[in-house]
Order: sequence, then C-alpha cells, then structure tokens
Amino acid sequence: MDLNFIWFVILGVLLTGYAILDGFDLGVGIMHLFAKEDLDRRLLMNSIGPLWDGNEVWLVTFGGAMFAAFPHAYATAFSGFYLPFMLLLFALIFRAVSMEFRSKQEMRWWRQAWDISFTVASTLATFLFGVAVGNMMIGLPIGADMEFAGTLLGLLGPFPLLIGAFAVATFAMHGSIYLYLKTEGDLQQRIHRWMWTTFGIFLVLYIFVTMATLVMLPSAVTNFRDIPWAWVVVVLNVLAIANIPRAIYLGKPGYAFISSSATIAALTFLFGFALFPNLIVSSLDPAWNLTIYNAASSQKTLGIMRWFALIGMPFVLTYTIAIYWIFRGKTKLGKFSY
Amino acid sequence: MDLDVLFLSRFQFALTIMFHYLFPPLSIGLGVIMAITEGMYIKTKNRDYEIMARFWTKVFAVVFAMGVATGIVMEFQFGTNWATYSRYVGDVFGSPLAAEGIFAFFLESGFLAILVFGWDRVSPRVHFFSTIMVALGSMFSAVWIVVANSWMQTPTGFHIVGEGMTARAEITDFWAMVFNPSSVDRLVHTLIGAFILGAFFVMSITAWYILHRRHERLAKQSFTIALVFGTIASLAALVTGHEQANTVSRTQPAKLAAFEGHFTTGPADMWLFGIPDEQREMVNYGIAIPGGLSFLLHQDFDAPVTGLDQFPPEDRPPLQIPFQMYHIMITLGMYFIALTLFASFLRWRGTLFEKRWLMWVFVVSVLGPYIANQAGWIAAEVGRQPWIVYGLLRTSDALSKAVTAEEVLASIILFTIIYLFLLAVWLYVMNDKIKHGPDDVALEGADGGKTGLLDTISSLADHAGPSMTDARKGKEKK
Repeated sequence: MDLNFIWFVILGVLLTGYAILDGFDLGVGIMHLFAKEDLDRRLLMNSIGPLWDGNEVWLVTFGGAMFAAFPHAYATAFSGFYLPFMLLLFALIFRAVSMEFRSKQEMRWWRQAWDISFTVASTLATFLFGVAVGNMMIGLPIGADMEFAGTLLGLLGPFPLLIGAFAVATFAMHGSIYLYLKTEGDLQQRIHRWMWTTFGIFLVLYIFVTMATLVMLPSAVTNFRDIPWAWVVVVLNVLAIANIPRAIYLGKPGYAFISSSATIAALTFLFGFALFPNLIVSSLDPAWNLTIYNAASSQKTLGIMRWFALIGMPFVLTYTIAIYWIFRGKTKLGKFSY
Repeated sequence: MDLDVLFLSRFQFALTIMFHYLFPPLSIGLGVIMAITEGMYIKTKNRDYEIMARFWTKVFAVVFAMGVATGIVMEFQFGTNWATYSRYVGDVFGSPLAAEGIFAFFLESGFLAILVFGWDRVSPRVHFFSTIMVALGSMFSAVWIVVANSWMQTPTGFHIVGEGMTARAEITDFWAMVFNPSSVDRLVHTLIGAFILGAFFVMSITAWYILHRRHERLAKQSFTIALVFGTIASLAALVTGHEQANTVSRTQPAKLAAFEGHFTTGPADMWLFGIPDEQREMVNYGIAIPGGLSFLLHQDFDAPVTGLDQFPPEDRPPLQIPFQMYHIMITLGMYFIALTLFASFLRWRGTLFEKRWLMWVFVVSVLGPYIANQAGWIAAEVGRQPWIVYGLLRTSDALSKAVTAEEVLASIILFTIIYLFLLAVWLYVMNDKIKHGPDDVALEGADGGKTGLLDTISSLADHAGPSMTDARKGKEKK
C-alpha cells in the first residue's frame, strides 16, 4: 500500500464523514420550511445547533487535505468549477448566518426571511454537491495542461442534474430520520410522514441513478472486474436501503438512521471506487486524467501528512463522540438556544 | 487600471480576507477575556463573573459564526483563483492548511458547542475547560495560517523540482518550513494585535454601560480585566513590532524600504508621517527623525540601511499603500499605549470611571485596533509584492488559467453585495445584543438617554415584551 493510495483513502474517509454528518444537518435545512410553527422551526434549528459547525469542519479539512496531498486536483477542480463553487460558498455562508441570526429578533418578517434563506441555502448547497459529484463521474474536459477547458453550461448536463436531485432527496431523508430521533409529540408525528415521503422520493431517484449510471457510464463499473469483492458494498448498500423502511415501520428510528448513514457511506465508497485510481477524469483523453500519482504531492509531504492524520484523527473522533454524547436526547429549548 | 484577471483576483482576495479578518482576531482576543472571566468565577464563586462570562459567550458566538462562514471561502480560494500558485506550492503550503483543519478547527468547533449550548449540560469545570479549549483552538488556527503566510514571506525548507511549466516547490524540511525566519515574530505580533482588539472591544461595550449607568458593577469589573489585559498587550505590541522590523530588515529589505520610503542605501530616517513620491524618489509633506530607522535597527544613527535603489524597478513593491498602512499601524499602536497607561493610572487612583469624557473615548476607540490589525496586514501583504512567494513566484504568474475576468468580476460583485448585507445584519444583531446587556434582571438600572436610530429600534424591540428565550427560562427541564 503506497502513500498515494493511503491519501486517497483518507480523503474518502473525510468525504464520507462529511456526507453522513453534514448530510443530516443539510437535510434538516431542506425540510425546515415544512415545519410551520415558529416553535417547531426553532426546535429544528436547535436540533443541529451544537453540531453543524463541527460537521462542516469535515469539509474544510477535506479541502485542506486535498490541497496538501493532491494539489493539482485541488487546483483543477476548484478553478474549473469556479462559478458553481462560488455559489456553493454563498450557500454555505447563508446557511450559517441564517441559523445564527434567525431567532435573535422577534419580527415575523425577520424570522420568515431567515427561514427561507436557510432552506434555499441548504437545498442549493446539497444540489451543487450532487452536481459536482455527477460531473466528476462523467469526467471533465481537462486538457494536457491539467486545466479545465469547458464552459459553465457544460457542467449542467442531465446526469449531473440527476445526481444533484438525488443528493437533495438523500439528505432530506437522512435529515428527516435524524429529526424524528430528536423530536417528540405532535411534531414528531408530522416528521414521521416526512420520513416516508422523503424515503419514497429517494428510492425512485436511487433506481433512476443506478440505471443511468449503468447505461451512460459503463466505465463506472470497470473496477469491479479487478476487485470483485467490492460487490459486497453494493449488496450492503441495497440491504441498508431496504432496512430503512423496515426500521421505520418497526418503530426503530435509531436503526433507520444507522441504515441511512450506511447508505450514504456506501454511495460515497462507490463514487470513489468508480473514480479510482483517478481523481479527475478527462473526457477529452484518458491520458490527461489526474490520477492519485500525477496529481500528488511528493512522497515526503504525503509521509509528513500521514503523521498529521495519525495524530489528529483520534482527537477528532474523541471530540465528535463527546459532543454527540453530551447533546444526546430530545432537543429542548433553553436560555442559550437559537 | 485594467480590469484584468490579475487585478480582479487580487481585489477579490483582499476583499474576502479583509472581511474575514474582522472576526477571527476578535474571537482570539475575546476568547482570552472569556477564559479569564470564567476562571475568576471558578476561583471566587462570585456570581458577577458568571453573569459576565455568559454574556461574553453569547457575543462570542455571533462573532465566531461570522468567522466560520467567511472562513470557508478562504480555504478554497487558493484553488479557485490561484490555481497556478496552488500547483506550484501545494506540496509545501498545503500541509499547514490541512493541519489547521485537523488540529485547530475540530478542537474549536467541538468545544464551541459546549461553550455556547452546554451551560446546563456539563459541570462548571468542564465548561471552563471548554472555554479554554476554544480560546486555544482559535490561537492554533492563527498559528498554522501565520506559518503558511510567513512561508510566503520568507520561504525555507524546500527545493524546486522540475523546470518551466512543471516546476514546483517540494518540501525538504518540514520544521524549517514551520519555523521559517519570520513565522515566530509574526505569529506573536498577530496574536497580540488580536488581544488588543479583544480588550478594546470589551472596554468599548462596558464603557458604554458605565456611561448609561447600566450593569455598572459588572461593567466596571469587566472593564478592569480588559484594561489590565489591554495595557500589557499594547506594550507587548511595541516590543514585538520592533522585533519584526528587525526581521523584515534582514529578510525582506525591499519591504522595509517601502514602509519607510527609504530610497538610497545609507543612513535611514524614520518618518512620523508623509507622502512618498515614487517618481521623484522622495517623501513629501512629512516629518522625520533623521537617522531614526538606522538607530532602531542598529543602535547607530549613521548605520546604512538597504534602500530601494538595490532593487530593479520590476522587483520593487508599490510604495504608497505599505508606507501609509505601516505608519497608521504604528501611530495607532502608540495611541493604545498612551491611552491604556493613562487609564491604568486613573484606575489605580480610583477616579477612572468618573471621567465621562474618557469613557466616551473608550467607546469609540474600538475602531483603533480594527484599523491597526487590517493596516498591519495590508502593509505586510502589499509590501511583499510583486512576489506571491517572496523571490520565488510572481503574483502575476500565480493565477488560475481556467478562470476569466468576467467570472471573477461576477463573484466580486456578489461577494460585495453579500458581505455588505451581512455586515449590516451583524452590526444590527451585535448592537441589539449589547443594548440588551448581560442577563440579570435584578441588576438592570434605569435606562436613560437613548438617542439615534439604532437606539430607537432597540428600544422598540425591548418593549415588544419579553423575548421567547426569556419566557422559556422557567420551563427548562435541566
């Protein structure tokens, strides 16, 4: 196992952590406007209040790690996705400040405005993540100089748009299940219906995405020929998806949440698996792909950074587990809530 | 000036980093005061300290959220606008950014949750520990960012591999990169700048309370803590600033020459103010201490100091901005020292809080450290030009090739609109929080002398009845 591969895996772990953790709080944002009462909306925001900031750090660290380990991929991807990426940044900014500002004033228009901003920003951010993943899967027009040579409209093909919609549905479902765990009473009953609806939409889109991938992107499954054990992940993915309605039906939302987390982890794995050993696929010429070798930093840097990961990760896991433990249980509003 | 990608990308970076930098130094400075206040509470069990610790925490949360929201932009902007730079230096420059994520951001964000939302969920000691961790986390973040930036000023610990298009810097010695010749000096000075801001921020708010006879006992207590902290920090800024000038004279002589408008190598004057003229190579309308810079650097009024004449014109930094910003920073630094020493003397005599005019001076003086922090960084960054990595890579060679001027212009327009809007909302919410004051109804005094638009709005909000949060106080289960 070489360092380049290790760093590919570490980036995968960071991305998976981000998708699972920020996935549910983005999902809460997507569903936010479906709660009608002011009190309910405050409960929704406060259910993720202590957690969203830490969840977003996974993305920031993913960015920093990608810069350090694969600077060419970092440079190509972010300059290539320039305007969509700026939109994503604006969405993330508005999400953060919506939560912070919303309940600081009593005025109805004030709260209404931040509520809308919160949902729009959460939905847009999720959608753009999906569009980016879709584009990474079909490949980008990358030239011999590793530079993006496409246009903005070229990034909005049908497949990326489909993945964008799929991402929204996935996080909406994941967030709804999370909310079911964190609420009680009437609100929880209403969220029970959200879980079924979002699961239905997720399932339909999952089938579409699977078919579209197999038909339009035969390259996405080539790695299975060399590494057949990866089919296990596909099977686990299907089982995890099947377990979501089962667990909801049996009244075990904890299992449903674990299953939706496992689903997201499996999907992220399959995304990475389809790309490997590429980071960015050139749709112009496979020789111009950015791989984990030609886009990487020197072995020395990858080696130093491995120590960062080894020292840092136990701390990160400790904080994460401690925070989720301290803020376990149903969300209550208190003096320090949003 | 041409609206080319170079100018626009530099403008965008300046805009986003300067807006971002309104928040982290305040988090760092306020974090220390928060930790001191809460520590006093743990030690003395005096409830006054607790009330104030809770109040500063609430203010801190709003500052911190803005820092996070605007900080994400910075993490990715090297890739979006400076792709060639990212390819060239990623091997060296990327690791401090990754380290910041792993070692600082996770620490900060995790303990921030306890700090803000956990008052009733953990014991006072665990909460105090979290406060310290958040304060330390925000400093760790500064450590890695200043290390990364200092490497751009004084690069060491690397070698160049490849040629032409594929050339890039690769690391040879990680610790030489971290402890490059300027990183320690610059880090200490940056942190002290943040401490001064935190102290002046607290003094501004509490002086306002004292003037309006609200929360007087609490305000005087916090003012005193901040005054002690601010006096020490202001004096320390002088020492570290001097250290830094010494370092710059050795490592980036062109920058120091620009700071002081020093054109010809030889004994150098120290300008108190002036307007440098690049064409005629002189400083107009100024007053200088003859040989002052030579004396500061070499303790000898006649010692030669490298001037701009040692550098070909294409390697010289622009003059006007670094010169003015450097002098604004120093003048303000002197002002902080004079003001805090004078106030400390009056505090010792016991007459400080009776001097209403001085309290007003403190209310507005919070702008000083804001300007000084920004000015110092502008001087440092513009003074490094035309290099993005000093002596190694020119800023004009560092751009993204895939990005057009129209795209950058579009994002600048959006950033400007959004940031102006956020700034207005942030000021409004902060103003409201400050007018509301620490949560202790029993200590509320008469609320007199309200004037101005913001006051009126805030009084309307006050009279709209108790807030949701207050109404729920009684219903808390835990």
